[in-house]
Amino acid sequence: MNIALSAARPKRARISPQWLVIAVFLAPAVGLLAIFLLYPLLSSLRLSLVDWSGLGNHSRFVGFANWRALAHDTVFWQSLWNNVLLAAASVVIELPISLALAVLLEKAGRGSRILKILYFLPLLMSSVAIGVLFKNVYDPNFGPLNVALRAMGLGSFAQDWLGDTHLSLASTIAVICWQNVPFYMILFLAGLSSMAAELHEAARLDGASEWTIFWRIKLPHLQGAIRTAVLLSVLGSLRYFDLIYVMTGGGPEGSSELMATYMYRTVFSSFQLGYGSTIGSAMFIIVSLVAAVALRMTRRFETEV
Amino acid sequence: MAAEANRFQFPRIRIGVPLLGLIWLAVTTLPFLFVIVTSLKTQEETFSAPVWALPAHLYFGNYLAVLHGPYFTYFRNSFFVVGVSVVLIVLLSAMAAYVFARMRFRLNKLLFGLVVAGMIVPLHATLVPIYLLTRNLGIYDTQFALIGPYVALSLPISIFILTEFMRQIPHELEEAAQLDGCGPFKIFWRIFFPLSTPGLATVAIYNGIALWNEFIFAYMLTSTTAHRTLPLAIWDFQGQYSSNIPAMLAVVTMTSLPLIVAYAFGQERLIKGMMAGSLKG
Repeated sequence: MNIALSAARPKRARISPQWLVIAVFLAPAVGLLAIFLLYPLLSSLRLSLVDWSGLGNHSRFVGFANWRALAHDTVFWQSLWNNVLLAAASVVIELPISLALAVLLEKAGRGSRILKILYFLPLLMSSVAIGVLFKNVYDPNFGPLNVALRAMGLGSFAQDWLGDTHLSLASTIAVICWQNVPFYMILFLAGLSSMAAELHEAARLDGASEWTIFWRIKLPHLQGAIRTAVLLSVLGSLRYFDLIYVMTGGGPEGSSELMATYMYRTVFSSFQLGYGSTIGSAMFIIVSLVAAVALRMTRRFETEV
Repeated sequence: MAAEANRFQFPRIRIGVPLLGLIWLAVTTLPFLFVIVTSLKTQEETFSAPVWALPAHLYFGNYLAVLHGPYFTYFRNSFFVVGVSVVLIVLLSAMAAYVFARMRFRLNKLLFGLVVAGMIVPLHATLVPIYLLTRNLGIYDTQFALIGPYVALSLPISIFILTEFMRQIPHELEEAAQLDGCGPFKIFWRIFFPLSTPGLATVAIYNGIALWNEFIFAYMLTSTTAHRTLPLAIWDFQGQYSSNIPAMLAVVTMTSLPLIVAYAFGQERLIKGMMAGSLKG
């Protein structure tokens, strides 16, 4: 992100500013971004001020009524809270597992090739495939999870994993971690492999234990990668949609609802385009604020450390 | 071989991490085994025999059913939509990156910042307007409905990656070309585009995988089998045969297979391509 800052660093004059060239080269990209990104965001803000079923031209301007309704909408706050829980789980569960696996792969060296290949597999599957797969794994009657628990004599732990309002969010978050761990693992692995081997050797010769080497050398070296990972997983969690929609649709009774699934349901099941756009715009504002704060904080970090 | 190397390394690593490695190996691979084994069973067998029992005999009926269904229609649609989108993404982002990396003009920094900021936009905030726009343009439920959003939403990260890449290209090359009388168009085509090949490959792989698996836009902007992409094959099938678990898992296997085959051929390339995602944000 901070690279954007250095965009216009002074250079020797090479190509004199030729507006025609600039226009021709930028026009297609900027045009598409304007149509499919900028316009929708603005249009969404505009739609958040109307009441519209999406059919016909009966959109009625209602001012900030939708926003006021949103402020008192317990389902929305519940879904935002679920997004926050997902973000927390990503940072506290997903990232440490990814980091540990990256350390393992790096230590095991060439022999870990097959492990790496297998660990990577979930990243190649679509969310729909993963969702359908785990819906079957979680199936209360025939799913392998409950069958295995019963076979081990732990039948009392067998649950209706996706159908229980107390469990649905945790069950889906577990699958989201399953999907994302390999991504962060590869990210950390790249960070580790960029570390000078001499550093590691020198520390070992000085009698440092693996544990000390990890805390004193590897972790500080990975600082940048960890910061990126935290930022990505928090932002990704706040706008998450796919697996929850496929596995529970936000249910039962909104127990696994996220902002994005609530928005989708409001628009395409309840046909409240205006209110749905309000939820979407709120999500956009929240994500932007978090991103702005996070970037400001990490920038300060960078100058301090 | 991997096991041997691991055992060899074990004394040097604390026990917790290898244990986690083994547990995670099980967590990752058991679901895949479950899918493959179950998809080779008959429907009755899933009720009569325990879930981990191997099929009494290999039953390929589920796969034949999938192949005789509209699988290839979904596949063709995915191939077309992703192929066209990736070509456009590579071309348009390379052109824009060239300008951001090399042209000096007042708005450069501001425009680049705005484009890069596009990376954090939650797609779902754009869904309703894009849905309405697609309907108004009369391309709802066609493959063309997907290409616009796919290209546009992939551009910010692609431009970011390629701008970084092109900044590393030495200035001497274009200076020499300029002396030879090459204009900016020629310099782009003859020097920047070919020299950026590794960056272009990264952009193509990263977006190719993401779009191949894309669900929400495809789900929202298309409605009939004739125009839907592979991730929706599972979705549609789930709606039709929710009780036929082996058949559904055969669909899961068949839709995941293309990327797994591609992975088998170009592992390192593919992993590097996916790493592009780490620049996101």
